[in-house]
Amino acid sequence: MSDRVTVAKTYKLYIGGAFPRSESGRSYPVTDSKGTFLANAAQGSRKDARDAVAAARKAFDKWSGATAYNRGQVLYRVAEVLEGRREQFISEVAASEGVQLKKAQSIVDTAIDRWVWYAGWTDKIAAVLGSANPVAGPYFSFSTPEPTGVVAVLAPQQSSLLGLVSVIAPVIASGNTAVVITSQDRPLPAITLSEVLATSDVPGGVVNIITGRTAEIAPWLASHADVNALDLTGAPESLREDLERSAAGTVKRVLRNKVSEDFAVTPDMSRLRAYLETKTVWHPMGV
Amino acid sequence: MWEYAPAPESRDIANLKPNYRMFVDGKFVEGTGEPLKTINPATEEVLAEVSTASQSDVDTAVKAARKAYDRVWSKMPGSERAKYIYRIARQIQERGRELAVLESLDNGKPIKESRDVDVPTAAAHFFYHAGWADKLGYAGYGPAPLPLGVAGQVIPWNFPLLMAAWKIAPALACGNTVVLKPAETTPLTALVLADIIQQCDLPPGVVNIIPGAGDVGASLVEHPDVNKVAFTGSTDVGKIIQRQLAGTNKKLTLELGGKAANIVFDDAPLDQAVEGIVNGIFFNQGHVCCAGSRLLVQESVADEVLEKLQARINTLRVGDPLDKNTDVGAINSREQLTKIKELTESGEAEGAQRWTSSCPLPDKGFFFAPTVFSNVSQAMRIAREEIFGPVLSVLTFRTPEEAVAKANNTPYGLSAGVWTEKGSRILWMAQRMRAGVVWSNTFNRFDPTAPFGGYQESGFGREGGRTGLEAYLDV
Repeated sequence: MSDRVTVAKTYKLYIGGAFPRSESGRSYPVTDSKGTFLANAAQGSRKDARDAVAAARKAFDKWSGATAYNRGQVLYRVAEVLEGRREQFISEVAASEGVQLKKAQSIVDTAIDRWVWYAGWTDKIAAVLGSANPVAGPYFSFSTPEPTGVVAVLAPQQSSLLGLVSVIAPVIASGNTAVVITSQDRPLPAITLSEVLATSDVPGGVVNIITGRTAEIAPWLASHADVNALDLTGAPESLREDLERSAAGTVKRVLRNKVSEDFAVTPDMSRLRAYLETKTVWHPMGV
Repeated sequence: MWEYAPAPESRDIANLKPNYRMFVDGKFVEGTGEPLKTINPATEEVLAEVSTASQSDVDTAVKAARKAYDRVWSKMPGSERAKYIYRIARQIQERGRELAVLESLDNGKPIKESRDVDVPTAAAHFFYHAGWADKLGYAGYGPAPLPLGVAGQVIPWNFPLLMAAWKIAPALACGNTVVLKPAETTPLTALVLADIIQQCDLPPGVVNIIPGAGDVGASLVEHPDVNKVAFTGSTDVGKIIQRQLAGTNKKLTLELGGKAANIVFDDAPLDQAVEGIVNGIFFNQGHVCCAGSRLLVQESVADEVLEKLQARINTLRVGDPLDKNTDVGAINSREQLTKIKELTESGEAEGAQRWTSSCPLPDKGFFFAPTVFSNVSQAMRIAREEIFGPVLSVLTFRTPEEAVAKANNTPYGLSAGVWTEKGSRILWMAQRMRAGVVWSNTFNRFDPTAPFGGYQESGFGREGGRTGLEAYLDV
């Protein structure tokens, strides 16, 4: 064992491709499952959330307009960089979730594989969910799935990496951009994930990650007029109904996930479908 | 120009009865709510008295639907459900003329539209969805997707029979049972549809139809034993329903308002575009959620388009909905007429230039002459709010980018139109429109195979096509 003093990391927010501290100047201590201090995380504010929405909106046109092949490669690149950071994630997940090393390894491996699974979806979604519509008339009519827009994601509180990856990847795979509130008490793997995103060709603003108190920030996202969809997965039980009610103010798409969602199981397409619109285009046929 | 001779369709074909009752558990029964009188908006005469549902009637209807779901409909093989739904499609076709005349009487829409659009498309919806009932495993939602249970459905007055078909057909095909509330001002064709459903011998309780006002709709969507809510109507009411359903497990789909941009480029075939613009805003008196109510015309052809448009609109015949020559019928209600007047007055007050068709209007009934506002800016109410009437707002643009920005500058996102001869530009525009339906070089086309529904505050969920089945499956 070395006597060297390690360089401790400052955990910050991830907004618009940059790593700012919370504009509020607040931070909160993060501990491991036994209560030992791990780090101070930035305690994001309403203003941070709004900055994140603005960054996500700004990034939307380019990300949604990128080719599916390009998005697939960018997502696959994320998996490559995740793999390179495997050891770091294993120790962070072990500390955050209080699991044995072997279990943490399996969680991280599944998370990386999950990311690869979604990376492969980008250029198949339109073929699987789209259609040529055999309308009764001289028209060509086709329907294509399109991203909903800016999605606010309340990440799972327990599953700090696998759950996080499982809720972010389906949002961005189809061209949406995301504002993510991390697990409140287990935020460190999320911040490390943001370092992965920042170094793997994901354009700034496509994913924005905020640490802090979910109950404090979530209501601002639920009522924000420039947020198109809301994932309630990590919402505190006592807050879910209120958040849904606020979301109705601008007719947001709300994903009311199953509370007991098992992230270890390979998912189906439902999380992809949750953030997709269907656009139907018509054109007359004739000479 | 020669004079038209009136060509009225016979009112007797509607087989109008003095009283209509609600349809619950396979029987026509007296509701215990306050009966309503439905009027002909073209004459303001009472057409019939219709019994309405009280809160306890809503409960009875939901119970009947639950029982039918548990005991019969959810257990029936899809191939058997299909044959019931096919029967409904065929009976709508057989009684098409009766339904069309009745629809025009109760709603005020021109007979040529109810005859050529509403009724045949309603039949087509049942026919299309019937075929899905035993093929749901191929729809992409897993090998054996399950229904949700009892669907509570609330529909508007602009396409009374067609909206009933859009709601009931997919619900039944997916194995759900239905309680449907037609709009207060247009309950009649839905109750004739109930008669058809009875004659088709559907098991009692599979479809229940309960007329009434908004309070009946509210009790229906709030009912704890309803599993699925489908609503078509205003964005304001849609938001109320979404709020009401917060914290429940009910699945919700909403088809709400719109403020569609109809975009005309300078290379468009202008005569065709003018026909499309007219169809886009004056079809069904503009009582269409996807109406092309904002005309965005490229500056270089704006004067020419406006001139052609006014000339064409002047030839539209406004009047008796039962006259086969009528192009624009009656506004559905006094309330709606008042709203249209109020919004058009705001247009004048805010400085837009008003032009109104010189067509004569009937002495009685609710009519509004086709109206076009030019010099409209994006901030004006007539450019932002859904008027739901025969009123067109004209704005201009210079570049495709500006057209996209203006078209998308709305919280709505139901439909859009693009007129240009350039194929690559059509696809470029279609990709950038934040709207659920994009009609290019056409407008207001509907088909049961083509998914329909909105982005943003125009609602969520789709109706029609494979995509539309998701709304009625537990997936």
